[in-house]
Amino acid sequence: MTAPAVAAPAPHPAVAGAGRRPRTRRGAELALLIFAMLVVLLYSGAVETGLLEQVTPDFWVPVAALFLIFFAVHFAIRFLAPYADPVLLPTVALINGLGVAFLRRLDLGAAAPEQRADLTVLTGMAIRQIQWTAVAAFGAVLLLLIIRDHRSLSKYAYTLGLVGIVLVMIPALLPAQYSVVNGAKLWILVGGFSIQPGEFAKLALLSFFAYYLVRKREVLSLASKRILGVDFPRGRDLGPVLLVWLLSLMVLVFERDLGTSLMYFGMFVVTLYIATERSSWLIIGLLLFFGGAFLAWSLGETMGGPLTSFTERVDVWLDPFADADGSGYQLVQSLLGLGTGGLFGAGPGNGLPYLEPLHRYVVPEVHNDFVFAGMGEEIGLFGLTALLVAYLLIIQRGLRTAVTVRDSFGKLLAGGLAFTLGLQVFVIIGGVSGLIPLTGQTTPFLSAGGSSLMANWLLLALLLRISDAARRPASLGQVGGTIAPPPTKLHEAPTEVVR
Amino acid sequence: MKPRRRSSDDRGVGNVNAPLRKAGVVMMVLFGLLFANLNYVQVVKADDYRTDEEHNRVRVQQEEYERQRGEIIVDGQAVAQSVATKDTLKFLRKYPFSATYAHVVGYRPVNLAATDIERLENEFLSGTSDSFAADRLLEMFTGKESPGGSVVLSVRKQVQEAAYKALLNNDTSSKTGAVVAIDPATGAILAMVSTPSFDPNPLVSHDFDKAEAAFNKLDKDPAKPLLNRAVSETFPPGSTFKVLVAAGALQNGASLDTVLTGGTSYTAPDTTTPIRNSPGVGCPTEITLLNALRVSCNTAFARYGVEQLGADKLKQTAQAFGFETAPLFDRDPDNIMRVTESHTGAIESPGGGVDRPALAQSCIGQREVRMTPLQGAMVAAAVANNGVQMRPYLIDTLQGSDLSPVVRAEQKVLRQPVSAQVAAQLREMMNSVVNNGTGTNAQIDGVEVGGKTGTAQNGDAPDHGWFIGYARKNGQPVVAVAVLLQNAGSGGSGEATQIGGQVMKAAIAAGKIK
Repeated sequence: MTAPAVAAPAPHPAVAGAGRRPRTRRGAELALLIFAMLVVLLYSGAVETGLLEQVTPDFWVPVAALFLIFFAVHFAIRFLAPYADPVLLPTVALINGLGVAFLRRLDLGAAAPEQRADLTVLTGMAIRQIQWTAVAAFGAVLLLLIIRDHRSLSKYAYTLGLVGIVLVMIPALLPAQYSVVNGAKLWILVGGFSIQPGEFAKLALLSFFAYYLVRKREVLSLASKRILGVDFPRGRDLGPVLLVWLLSLMVLVFERDLGTSLMYFGMFVVTLYIATERSSWLIIGLLLFFGGAFLAWSLGETMGGPLTSFTERVDVWLDPFADADGSGYQLVQSLLGLGTGGLFGAGPGNGLPYLEPLHRYVVPEVHNDFVFAGMGEEIGLFGLTALLVAYLLIIQRGLRTAVTVRDSFGKLLAGGLAFTLGLQVFVIIGGVSGLIPLTGQTTPFLSAGGSSLMANWLLLALLLRISDAARRPASLGQVGGTIAPPPTKLHEAPTEVVR
Repeated sequence: MKPRRRSSDDRGVGNVNAPLRKAGVVMMVLFGLLFANLNYVQVVKADDYRTDEEHNRVRVQQEEYERQRGEIIVDGQAVAQSVATKDTLKFLRKYPFSATYAHVVGYRPVNLAATDIERLENEFLSGTSDSFAADRLLEMFTGKESPGGSVVLSVRKQVQEAAYKALLNNDTSSKTGAVVAIDPATGAILAMVSTPSFDPNPLVSHDFDKAEAAFNKLDKDPAKPLLNRAVSETFPPGSTFKVLVAAGALQNGASLDTVLTGGTSYTAPDTTTPIRNSPGVGCPTEITLLNALRVSCNTAFARYGVEQLGADKLKQTAQAFGFETAPLFDRDPDNIMRVTESHTGAIESPGGGVDRPALAQSCIGQREVRMTPLQGAMVAAAVANNGVQMRPYLIDTLQGSDLSPVVRAEQKVLRQPVSAQVAAQLREMMNSVVNNGTGTNAQIDGVEVGGKTGTAQNGDAPDHGWFIGYARKNGQPVVAVAVLLQNAGSGGSGEATQIGGQVMKAAIAAGKIK
């Protein structure tokens, strides 16, 4: 930390062809947003046709409400981050909107057939999700308003790191009745509210990682040995990665969730790799992770204890049909739903996530962890592929932002955020489709639930903020020109290395 | 998506872009894996998953309920039919005759296992069997979903209803029993009843909880209403088994006039426990074979079995009539109807030789001899049909959705246990039972009726009442029947005989299926 910073002012390097004012592309964003909402509107109509064999006169109301929310965000972006990437918001709006429409579909499906047509749009999971979307979007705008320059986050890096660790640890320390949902100890359950602090911890930790790794990356990229053409770091530099590894393992043991554990560790290793460009870190990371996971699995198999739920999930993954009515039930029903959907799907509203006579969901948690499987039954491989592409679009836009932005902290943060989002999508979708062991992750922007929605909209806001900085012509100052450049240039310059 | 490189940045930042791009590639690979796996699940395995009835029953059924399931028909009337609903599941199965046909038709619930004909002909009823390939092809053009095929049963309405009512209203204390009626010449089952029966309608409710509760209630009922006593359960046959001993005797060189040694009691070798006759049976010391059967003389049959016939010949005769082999119905090689085999038992002493006290008791249908009502009816049917035993069948015709017959029952000779001559002699004996023996309750005016009554001891529980018999008209067999009144106590066989007469009368009135 005491390494002297080399002053490298040049805060706004000249861009080739300066003088030609680049377009903000806000119009494109609005057009894309309208297009996305039209898709959602179409899907909502199809859902009603499938379930009710008619379209009720007020089917457009949820979509209109969503449009108002998203339009407000778009409007705020015009002022707060005029140069932000124009694809991010519409894509998120599309996924979020489809999620609401699917929840509405579940609400309709859960109602008795004769009551469906009269089921007001202001009930059930759909309206709750719309409310959460409004709150989350407001949070995102607030973040854009408060943080005018993403580099100011680095001022609070250590605070954020501490907050992140505390957020991660709270559920582990709480008694089970206040923290366990479906076997995973990831929650804070207070008075009917359930918060998944880990969702927010991701953002805080990532900000810290980005700051820390920018400062340390020269040291961490030092090579000591070259094995099979790969440079390996010095032993003494393994400290931080081992620390995060231990933290992840503790999450696995005490919060009983492989997904969250994998998220934190993957997040760190990837930012580490991006910072140092040493693929050896990836190899070490992968080895550590799989070693840890295997250790946890074999310990759970032999000793039981807190690791049994993890072991069970691995066993279910290896052969879901072995206990199809017991531990494998969720995955089996998910697979059967996906398979029944096939290439084109049963059509919106025509799947069977909920069977009214059964009074329960055929695919449990279909509004939550299994939302992707529930939708997959209805929109088929084609629809799911489109959905995957939408996610990929957000991720690649995020990575592009990282490549374009000028400061290292921004690069690491944007890259880390985009990659984390992608990793989460991979972990949950891989889980429900049997590619990897199932873990309790939410599907970003799609699952019902406030925490996940909030955290991911904040993630979006950060990406928007960084992309605004990345695309902003150098000749223009900060937003409104009122905020002074960040007080310290520490993070803009490479840290000098004492060899 | 190739990013523009910024040349003016410091070197450190330039380094970061390369791994960022690699991270992008890693993401592409991860999503590629997701995509490949989804292809595997939704395309490669799709058909397996879609039709996995064991695990995917709810969805398989959902699809099944898109199409109207075919009817199960008895004498032109639907005993199982599907009616349109406004439910998620578009058709509700209904059984208009409630409990009367429950053990023949079975049921097809949404969330439980199907049984009996509903299960046996499920593919045909639901329209998924290969015989509907042309219909499905046509549907692709017309867009109209035609219903599944119909199953026409061999069961006759009059006979089944007479049998069910008679069992319910029998004047003994028995609440459990069974009736099987067969056309001896074809093997067509005309009635198959087991009491207590059950109403299958609640089991097929679209409210799964109700359906499951209804099933659990029936399943836990100590009277076992779900059990088909007509074919799935064996009982000691008592004196009805003497028909088989008599058949063995006739094949062993005896004639109707052969004089047997009867008397009031017979004590087999190796035991001190005597076999006696039932109260009221007058059996002189010297009695002909015919009269021994007519009055149902235990001592004569027990002694003849031990001293003349022997265990091997007894077992052979029983096997010739179908004992030890489950009499599977036509079109049911997998025994969906849960038919079970009848037994004579080993009749062996622990040392390996013949257990003579057991043999003596076996000859009067006790000890380890066990018989299903179906087997009893098939014994009577073979006697009525000149010694030829037909394979039983329940399904007369399978009809396509346009009512054209797709499959007709195959009438097949199962075996010939005795010659026509021996069968005629047996009939002479069994006719005398009904004309002026223990079975007079079964008499029908102007019809040749023969049979054999039975009262089977059953541990300390009240005796079972039995009747097996047949009716012939114009020298042709019309119907054979077996009636069981479980634990009916005294008077059981008389009531069983009376029921047998009623059922046969109904069969004669019903006439042949057109």
